[in-house]
Amino acid sequence: MSHDLLAAAILLAQVLLLLGMGFSLVRMIRGPRAQDRVVALDALYVNAMILLLTIGIRTGSVLYVEAGLVIALLGFASTMALAKFLMRGEVIE
Amino acid sequence: MSHLDALPPWAAILVAVFVLAGALLAFIGSLGLLRLKNFYQRVHAPTLGTTLGTFCMLAGSITCFSVLEGRPIFNEILIGVFLTVTTPITLMLLVRAALYRDREEGSDYVPRAPKHE
Repeated sequence: MSHDLLAAAILLAQVLLLLGMGFSLVRMIRGPRAQDRVVALDALYVNAMILLLTIGIRTGSVLYVEAGLVIALLGFASTMALAKFLMRGEVIE
Repeated sequence: MSHLDALPPWAAILVAVFVLAGALLAFIGSLGLLRLKNFYQRVHAPTLGTTLGTFCMLAGSITCFSVLEGRPIFNEILIGVFLTVTTPITLMLLVRAALYRDREEGSDYVPRAPKHE
């Protein structure tokens, strides 16, 4: 009984996270200016990382946590580089 | 679903609550990103998912794997620490870049730069 509840909760959580990724994607496509698109990219990778964590809980593999860590690292670097680019027009001066 | 059946009922319910709360918070954050009116409002919304949403999901993950393996597992803490440190840095840089761009264009929406700069 409680295990059916857990399975349903994980499924619902995955649907919600996919919807959230969709919203970020819409904002990234529609965003009136460049900084809106960068914020949307930031939200998109955080949602993807949380989605990986739910997949990890569902399949019972700890490896997905490491994948989430890699996504967080690369997302931080890319958002940082894009913000620097918006400020100065170049990433490395 | 074989490995999840090994969870005792209290752990299953706890994990379900954590996972649902985390996903709901991330969803609300993304909805705010879509619905709010301008950039300086929009930049606040996704941090709901970045902080509280991620922490709820990490708590669920830690509970699930610790109970399954029978020993405490704290791999997930790394993600939490990393996100806590990096999110303010990226958003501060991004908002400074946006403010700079808006001031360069002479937009009426943002306040003018102070004189001594």
